[in-house]
Amino acid sequence: MVNLWFVIIAFLWTGYFVLEGFDFGVGLLAPFVSRGPEQHRQSLETIGPVWDGNEVWLITAVGAMFAAFPAWYAGMFSAFYLPVVLILVGLIVRGVGLEWRGKVTNPVWCDLGIVVGSALPAFLWGAVFADVLFDSTLAALVGGLFTLATCVLHGAVFLSLKTDGPVRRRARAAALAASAVVLPLAVAALSSLGSIPALISMAALAAGAALTYRRREGWAFTATAGAIALASVAVFAELRGAPLPGITLTDAASGPYTLTMLSWIGLITLPFVLVYQGWTYWVFRKRVALTAH
Amino acid sequence: MDALDLARWQFGVTTVYHFLFVPLTIGLGVFVAGLQTAWHRTGKEHYLRLTKFFGKLFLINFAMGVVTGIVQEFQFGMNWSEYSTFVGDVFGAPLAMEALLAFFMESTFLGLWIFGWERLPKKVHLACIWAAAIGSNLSAYFILAANAWMKHPVGYEVVDGRARMTDLWAVLTNPTAIAQVPHVVAAAFIVAGGFVLAVSGYWLLRTKAPMWRSAARAALVMTALAGAVVAGTGDTSARLLYEQQPMKLAAAEGLQRDTAGAPFSIAPGIEIPGLLSLLATHDPTATVQGTEDLQAKLEQQFGPGDYRPDQTIVFWSFRVMIVFGLTAVALSVLGLWLTRRRRELPPWLARIMVLALPLPFLAMISGWLLSEIGRQPWTVTGELLTAASVSPGVSLTEVAISLTIFTLLYGGLAVAEAVLLTRHVRKGPEQTEPAPATERLQPSLMY
Repeated sequence: MVNLWFVIIAFLWTGYFVLEGFDFGVGLLAPFVSRGPEQHRQSLETIGPVWDGNEVWLITAVGAMFAAFPAWYAGMFSAFYLPVVLILVGLIVRGVGLEWRGKVTNPVWCDLGIVVGSALPAFLWGAVFADVLFDSTLAALVGGLFTLATCVLHGAVFLSLKTDGPVRRRARAAALAASAVVLPLAVAALSSLGSIPALISMAALAAGAALTYRRREGWAFTATAGAIALASVAVFAELRGAPLPGITLTDAASGPYTLTMLSWIGLITLPFVLVYQGWTYWVFRKRVALTAH
Repeated sequence: MDALDLARWQFGVTTVYHFLFVPLTIGLGVFVAGLQTAWHRTGKEHYLRLTKFFGKLFLINFAMGVVTGIVQEFQFGMNWSEYSTFVGDVFGAPLAMEALLAFFMESTFLGLWIFGWERLPKKVHLACIWAAAIGSNLSAYFILAANAWMKHPVGYEVVDGRARMTDLWAVLTNPTAIAQVPHVVAAAFIVAGGFVLAVSGYWLLRTKAPMWRSAARAALVMTALAGAVVAGTGDTSARLLYEQQPMKLAAAEGLQRDTAGAPFSIAPGIEIPGLLSLLATHDPTATVQGTEDLQAKLEQQFGPGDYRPDQTIVFWSFRVMIVFGLTAVALSVLGLWLTRRRRELPPWLARIMVLALPLPFLAMISGWLLSEIGRQPWTVTGELLTAASVSPGVSLTEVAISLTIFTLLYGGLAVAEAVLLTRHVRKGPEQTEPAPATERLQPSLMY
């Protein structure tokens, strides 16, 4: 039961990194791949209907940690106090920026909030997890830069998949440029893990770059999504022994009764969540066209 | 001043702030869904305009509720790691359920609603706003069940210094939660009703357009009905306090000694004999325990210490809650009477409705101050003291930094939200075109 819940929490974090990974990337790139307000709106509209739902993956992952592994939840967020404060600040200014952007006369502050608020968590999540694993500032820095660059790549590929016209063209160029940064960082960050998922993740990132070059946007997005998922799997595989230095999963876990109850609730509700979130992506499956208002 | 004090300040500031926006989300979501349903049923243009208008105000506010809610989810672990480790087995379950059952539904369907005006069939689109509104209300249930457990822990045992859940059903049907959920949710509808009334009042002073009268009428009905629920569940809560949290009840009344036929004090020195006993037990002669006698009993049970909450805050917040809440509800009943049988709403009342905007918010906040400060010095009544709940490894400096950042950021955002809401209220509803073939999204409802 303890192992099952560790896998569920790893699944929720992985879902969060894959999904919010691209909307962090889009948030970061939007001002740089768009010329003028119409294109800017077009870029952000690709994540408009889905980013908030993506963020609930984080809320659920954290809530599940609290319920299933209280000591892990409490230890992790009190140990990384200030980075977590900055992540929260990022998520706040980003969320408000995205929601308010269409309702203000001059969106420049919203746009700044979206860029800064996407960059902070994209960097800091990588730094925090790398620091848990390696307990070194250098590793944290490399880990943070790796997740930041990977989000940019993932977001650029998503933008090129979901838009048309000049934004699509610039997003492709941004994806290729990002690849040049991501690949060496991936080698630095993932090779120290050395596990099979970490190695396949590196290969998937390379494949994503190659597929972008060959204009196979759908497959490129599959590759970057897979790369992020595998990198996350590699991280959680390392954390299994000790999710934080000095504590084991069993120490951190809730009792069997709670875990059983949570399992039933998760088993019943998660399929519905996956279906209606999947449906949202289906409803908004078309490329976002450039429209003047 | 130590890290504990600042951590408490931070929790207070961020939670009170969060709960300025959440009640509006809870009530206004249902109100907007109701407007859209009315448009769907009657086909009347002005319901669509009102849906889009209040929908926009709803979204401006919704953003703030969401982003300040994320802080809450992390804060238990950040500042209250001892608390989290102690309670996670029990307290974490409703939080996880809240995310799985409520937040996913709320956020996903709201995204579909905002961007789905032309992409979804009309009925499906209507169902989306209802699903989002139901999600918000469900989230209130789960978080209040978790909160109720702190005041009146049930369905658990303590093993090796940690609470272990033994009965999830007992946690979810905690009598304290069953009384608290309708009380808080109905209060949220009063907040939303007061908001709609203030906005409608503003417009009724400027125009005779019938849409504002119908918006105001709907909000008056909502507020008056919610008022009845709040009063009824408030009565239940008083009796539960008598049984479960006698110290809070005594502090709220400034009652120091165990008293038979205890009076209700309206203000210090003005008392109605026997009323407190009547409210607490439905028997005017019953004995109600006082703070000093309870303190002596608790010292015997738990050892030396001060087990009394801050009595000034608890006493006055109780009164502010009742007076402001009742005033808001009384205004709605008056408004219903004055607008009966197609009568217009008189301008003086419209003016009062605008001025009364803060009342339900202040009543809501006071209710929470009563509820949570009245629980002190415990985080989990009888099990865990607040002083023993704080994160041992988080320094004073760290909490000072985060408290400063959150306070400044929240202050700035509050100003921005107020400006943004005011501007959109003044702008009023946009004209909806009579079914053009290429109607696009209203720019205001998208990015």
